[in-house]
Amino acid sequence: MEYTNRILLKGNEAVIYGALLAGCECFFGYPITPASEIAHTAARCFPKLGRTFLQAECEIAAINMVMGAAANGRRAMTASSGLGISLKQEGISYLSGEELPALVVDIMRAGPGLGNIGPEQSDYNQVVKGGGHGSYHCIVLSPASAQEMCDFPLLAFELAEKYRIVVYLLTDGVIGQTMETVTLPEPLSKRAEVPAWALDVSRPRTNLISSIYLEHDDLEALNKKLQSKYAEIRANEQRCEEYKTQDADIVLVGYGISGRLCRSAVDELRAKGIKAGLLRPITLWPFPVDAIRALGQAKEFIAVEMSDGQMIDDVKLAINCDRPVHLINRMGGNITTIDEIVKRVTEIVGAKEA
Amino acid sequence: MNKKKFTVQIAPDECKGCERCVIACPRHVLKMGTRLNKLGVPFAVPVRQECIGCGGCFLTCPEPGAITVIQLSE
Amino acid sequence: MSEEKVIFGRSGGFFPVFERRPGPIKSNMHYCPGCGHGILHKLIAEAIADFGIQDKTIIIAPVGCAVFSYYYFDCFGISAPHGRAPAVGTGLARANPDNLVISYQGDGDLASIGFNHILQAANRGENLAVFFVNNAIYGMTGGQMAPTTLPGQKTQTTPLGRSVSSEGYPLKVSETVAALDAPVYVERCALSTVQKIRKARLAIRKALTNSIERKGFSLVELLSGCPVNLKMNAQDMNEFLDNQMSRYFPLGVYKDIADSRDPINRPVGIYQPEAVRELLYPVRVADGVSESFRNPSRIFQSERRIKLCGSGGQGVLSLGYMLATMGKLRNFNVSWLPSYGPEMRGGTANCSVVLSRDPIGSPVVDKECNLLLALNQPALEKYLPTLKSNGILLYDESNGKCPDEVLERVIYTLPASDLAKQLGDLKYANSMMLGAVAVMMCDLFLDEEDKADFDRVFEEAIMDCFHEKEHVVKNNIKAFYIGKAKAKRIRN
Repeated sequence: MEYTNRILLKGNEAVIYGALLAGCECFFGYPITPASEIAHTAARCFPKLGRTFLQAECEIAAINMVMGAAANGRRAMTASSGLGISLKQEGISYLSGEELPALVVDIMRAGPGLGNIGPEQSDYNQVVKGGGHGSYHCIVLSPASAQEMCDFPLLAFELAEKYRIVVYLLTDGVIGQTMETVTLPEPLSKRAEVPAWALDVSRPRTNLISSIYLEHDDLEALNKKLQSKYAEIRANEQRCEEYKTQDADIVLVGYGISGRLCRSAVDELRAKGIKAGLLRPITLWPFPVDAIRALGQAKEFIAVEMSDGQMIDDVKLAINCDRPVHLINRMGGNITTIDEIVKRVTEIVGAKEA
Repeated sequence: MNKKKFTVQIAPDECKGCERCVIACPRHVLKMGTRLNKLGVPFAVPVRQECIGCGGCFLTCPEPGAITVIQLSE
Repeated sequence: MSEEKVIFGRSGGFFPVFERRPGPIKSNMHYCPGCGHGILHKLIAEAIADFGIQDKTIIIAPVGCAVFSYYYFDCFGISAPHGRAPAVGTGLARANPDNLVISYQGDGDLASIGFNHILQAANRGENLAVFFVNNAIYGMTGGQMAPTTLPGQKTQTTPLGRSVSSEGYPLKVSETVAALDAPVYVERCALSTVQKIRKARLAIRKALTNSIERKGFSLVELLSGCPVNLKMNAQDMNEFLDNQMSRYFPLGVYKDIADSRDPINRPVGIYQPEAVRELLYPVRVADGVSESFRNPSRIFQSERRIKLCGSGGQGVLSLGYMLATMGKLRNFNVSWLPSYGPEMRGGTANCSVVLSRDPIGSPVVDKECNLLLALNQPALEKYLPTLKSNGILLYDESNGKCPDEVLERVIYTLPASDLAKQLGDLKYANSMMLGAVAVMMCDLFLDEEDKADFDRVFEEAIMDCFHEKEHVVKNNIKAFYIGKAKAKRIRN
């Protein structure tokens, strides 16, 4: 039988293919729309490769199962949507304090509360700013296509293990639900190695995973260690995609589906003679501040996001509020349209010229 | 035939003075002393030679090394 | 000549010196005088040392007084969030079945905040040894009510005594867990008299033996003294356990079926790249075209946006999927976005398909649509406004004639559903509609060589979707050519 690496996959399916090809050994999850296909695909594919899939009794259990598998030195993941992520925050804080690597996928839906199952990008604050207790960060990658959903798990596991940190894939219901052509990456050449610190038969039994430090100085020392790790990540791991930003007067900033809409909007705006460009953050934490700061020629920035304006704060911070930053947004499950973006940008530019 | 003999040793500074061993010993070998140890509590002391090596005192003691039961063979 | 032999002494299951414990005291544990935790720690330490399993034993420290258990045990340690130890243990046990996982939990941890987790782990029969310390009170937080606090018992949060009408009755954990099918062993012991401690010692060894033999879930509940919080001396404490607590929590074996159970058999992961590819990559069903192939017709040079709509169950989504598959097989970038959730679970269904040579911006087709495929009239009315002025409408006429008000459009029709029923199954309507698409494309847009290629790529797509079902492939191909024969343009 002959195989092909070209396949049509939903973002939610692609992330499981990518995770398995990246050597992920365990998936623990709980069903939630619009992320459920992730669990469906995991349930189908993990056992095929003799790996562990388990539907947990709740979101909290799922993240704690990930904690167990990660402590054992295995590549482990879970996936959910906003409400479920809220529940997982306790575990993510623990994972961060215990410096365990893990992959958490968040396919954002509309909130607050039960909200609806339409797409939104309103988990930004709870994911990028750290929604749990304590001073911690997770690396946040934001895929904007099924291909990136498939490609990012490998990057995520590598970063997670390099820095001993939780890595999120944060995207929206549109990217999760859209099926696209994906070129499957190659599988790992061999099973990922069990790290030296793991609670595994192959490692010394003095290994300990804990986040409790009774002595205030000891806990402060841990915090300082974490902060220096975060500084290193900020310095080395910013990623973004830039499109026609070199000469752009006006730079759109958007991630996930918003980033893709902006790309189309940039083309339309350019056709109308407006020098627009797109900066699509691929890492939301660390936020690509260096790339944004490098855009000295840009006169104005526009954050395009499906929330009340959460990412916009990071754009403002990146440029120290030295130029105007506007917000184009929709909420409640509505998707911003390319038309809306083009119209608003045209208005903003027009208002300035007038 | 060798007759087995036993003795119980108390590490004074590991005893927290809970008295569990005192009430557990079937031969009343142990008793609470009056001197205070490093933890600031009176500790159990062996006061009789009647130890039968049952290990009850050790099993009921919540501390890892406060009590050691030793078998002496002659 | 006399020989000395230690018959009861400090266990090798403990670290020789408790270096992890902060402060000057490195040989004692942190527990209060007379605390049951210390007794239980010694029984566990002795067992893991005697069984020679320290190198693969992981003890999960709970939140509660035993939160620092890893100061003491000479084996792997991890601290879990409050109540989550059974979930953390599940992760450890599943990740590597060689791990011997001990979940050490108190009554607040296990029976209150984490009660769901323990029941679910028990019900899944996870290979865990759970040691449950029931001392009827919260110790670490300073003597509040536990779910196992006795009726009338005074605590910081039941200053007048636990009232069964307000706080309910003591929670019977062993009885509850034993009622489940999966657990293999449940016993309740008491850390009171020496005789009862000896029984507990055997129970702990039995639970660990079950884990070693991978028999699944064992739980040993230990009634345990908290003399400081309960303000009792050693004698009174034992009496409280044996007379008062044991009345509500009878001692004994609640379940012991390990002998009748086979060891748990977990799958072995596959990582060899060739095997992974074989299991995960899709099968290539047709020779298709090379990666550099591009259909020459001009129509394909710019992005094409297609909307498909109908009612739920009409196959709208799979029709869109077929189009997307055809695009994939001819090296287009394609996107397919379904409506999801309640809309799909009744009422109208729609999906968007975009084909492009460039990266696709929005996968949402809500305007400037080039082609609208409508399978019924309500859907047509709903989505007609998305159709570009020169866009093409393809309509299934089975449910009525094309409405007059759209007649200025370029319209192709086909009674696809009726024809599909004649062929034997409504699900063939999709392929018939694709036959109609072929007619429209050939009439209006396709170069000569692409005309024949359209039929080829349809057949490849059908193979791609249904290659394991020969008759389905055959009937769909038949349906496609019926569609091609019967589709017609409405001349207006």
